[in-house]
Amino acid sequence: MSSLAEEQFEGGDSFPKDFGYGSYDDENSGPQVQNGKTRILLMGHRRSGKTSIQKVVFQKMSPNETLFLEGTNKITKEDIANSSFLQFQLWDCPGQMDFQDFDADLIFAKCGAVIFVIDAQDDYMEALNTLNLVVTKAYNVNKNIRFEVFVHKVDGLYEDNKMETQRDIHQRSNDDLLDAGYDHITLSFHLTSIYDHSIFEALSKVIQKLIPQLPTLENLLNILINNSGIEKAFLFDVVSKIYIATDSSPVDMQSYELCCDMVDLVIDISGIYGLEESPDVPAFDSRSSSLIKLNSGTILYLREVDRYLALVCILREDNFEKQGVINYNFLCFREALQQVFEIRNKSNGAGEPGSDTESIEKLGVVNNHAG
Amino acid sequence: MKESSVKKYSLQRIPISLSCYLKAKKISRSPVSTTNSNMKKKVLLMGKSGSGKTSMRSIIFANYIARDTKRLGATIEVEHSHVRFLGNLVLNLWDCGGQEAFMENYFTSQRDNIFRNVAVLIYVFDVESRELDRDLHYYQSCLEAMLHNSPDSKVFCLIHKIDLVHDNQRDVIFKDRSEHIKKLSKPLEVTCFKTSIWDETLYKAWSSIVYQLIPNVKELEQSLNLFATLMEGDEVLLFERATFLVISHCQRKQHRDIHRFEKISNIIKQFKLSCSKVAAAFHSMEVRNSQFAAFIDEFTSNTFVMVVISDPNIPSAVTLINIKNARKHFEELEKQSQANVLTR
Repeated sequence: MSSLAEEQFEGGDSFPKDFGYGSYDDENSGPQVQNGKTRILLMGHRRSGKTSIQKVVFQKMSPNETLFLEGTNKITKEDIANSSFLQFQLWDCPGQMDFQDFDADLIFAKCGAVIFVIDAQDDYMEALNTLNLVVTKAYNVNKNIRFEVFVHKVDGLYEDNKMETQRDIHQRSNDDLLDAGYDHITLSFHLTSIYDHSIFEALSKVIQKLIPQLPTLENLLNILINNSGIEKAFLFDVVSKIYIATDSSPVDMQSYELCCDMVDLVIDISGIYGLEESPDVPAFDSRSSSLIKLNSGTILYLREVDRYLALVCILREDNFEKQGVINYNFLCFREALQQVFEIRNKSNGAGEPGSDTESIEKLGVVNNHAG
Repeated sequence: MKESSVKKYSLQRIPISLSCYLKAKKISRSPVSTTNSNMKKKVLLMGKSGSGKTSMRSIIFANYIARDTKRLGATIEVEHSHVRFLGNLVLNLWDCGGQEAFMENYFTSQRDNIFRNVAVLIYVFDVESRELDRDLHYYQSCLEAMLHNSPDSKVFCLIHKIDLVHDNQRDVIFKDRSEHIKKLSKPLEVTCFKTSIWDETLYKAWSSIVYQLIPNVKELEQSLNLFATLMEGDEVLLFERATFLVISHCQRKQHRDIHRFEKISNIIKQFKLSCSKVAAAFHSMEVRNSQFAAFIDEFTSNTFVMVVISDPNIPSAVTLINIKNARKHFEELEKQSQANVLTR
């Protein structure tokens, strides 16, 4: 067992080589980092479930297997949604990290969000102190960081106890911030568990806040569903099952879960039958699609958008009669989406999300109702 | 031959109603040759208390998910349940509580009642058990009683909770245990499986067990073979509707993954459960990428079918029509085996 100091040092090894010191110009340009990937930090006390979250969501580990995970003793990095559209990096920080003296500048400078995980089944007073320390330190380095608190392991709590715990943690952490004179910092709270879809939902929300193009994506999805007679559409990152955007109608947890399970099904079956001899070729490819009919007259329809993204739609069976129209509209949607991100790549992040309206006008969507 | 069931497609693949084809090829249906005319089959589930008997039963037959089995309490004495399987086959499951007091009882006062007319004995060993000797002692008492009361029955041993053993140790421990058990079981033949409720191994074991109980399995396989050939499919699987256990399959193309049937069972069952959360059930599904297309569809009233096709030039509609046309033949096959049983 190496000493704590050494572990901190090891952590330093995993920083990117091209780490730019001293460039604070982007301090006010929002959480989007111009060069490289937006960083999300996963912090919290030891055994609060940070690595489990990362393994379950991004490496498809089954939740019960996380029992065997060992403690993390250096920062590990995970690329998420690493497509041309989205680039994020999740840093899993060791729980026993000495929060009193670590290089706050180094860690928080280029960070988009901090996820602080609190074990709701444990005594969380100590964790709240650490949370306060992390938030204030991070805020002093980078005022644009978003703070997300995961009230975790709530699967072990009774239903009414969950809200009570969240309320208590909310109250106490805000009081602490007030006492420290940082009452203008807002913390977001999520009740999470790796044993159901709540962790995917919470991470989806965290990530969505970091996508500057979100309003445009939402708008595109709205146009698509209104013209194709679709009830609900999600844009999924297929590896993590995080949805990076949906149309503006309210999200019903059950339909999100069903779509999640559909993505799972498609990936799993494709993994068995759709692989060529070489295992390097991904099972999810440019011609991936799936269609599921339910006895309730509902249809689930999945189409590939790019290597990492899939569009999952829920629609009534009657509206699916003109499948050709829906397919055509989908192609228009995909093209528009590519244009949105092309603009971003050209202007290298400087472009306002609003300037993407042009691409919406180009959408040659055909109306499904018009016949 | 009904002309209406034959539809032409632009691709000029003409699906042929399978029953007509069978008649033309003079494949006679031999009368059901199973020796056991009673279609109620008694299945004994035995093993030490806490070894996981009720958990696995709940997952396979009562749509539990693995995590929910934590809530199950101990089984008191014997819990009977009837599971209608494939319409005409009824599994009469005797889930025998494994606490010592009950166990002693089974071998003494209830001996005849329990061990008479057993078709299958499934004995569950907890891989982490600290009292292996005691387990084996009970197991031998069981076999003794079986030899006496129903000597023709089949015996399966499940080395259960294998997920608790480290990955690279599993095969070694399983081999060791199963050899030991086989030696102890002589002169009876036993089949051993390593199982865990957390992965597909449970489905493998139960599929193999159930496979032994299906009366007209040879005919089913013959028909499936023909069906797959006509459709130019790589693989056809037949699932029991309620449990999604694979009861028959036909393979026309080599596949690298020998565990795929259990995996598919598990995947579909999981999805079926997620559908039930929104109070729905799925009728059919189609999954494809550039390499393959898989169709899972309702088949007969007791089965689902899955067809895997790798030829990208076959449109979905053709396959769906083919499945629809084959349905009639398989319905009839089921009906006939049912009728055969009744006339006896």
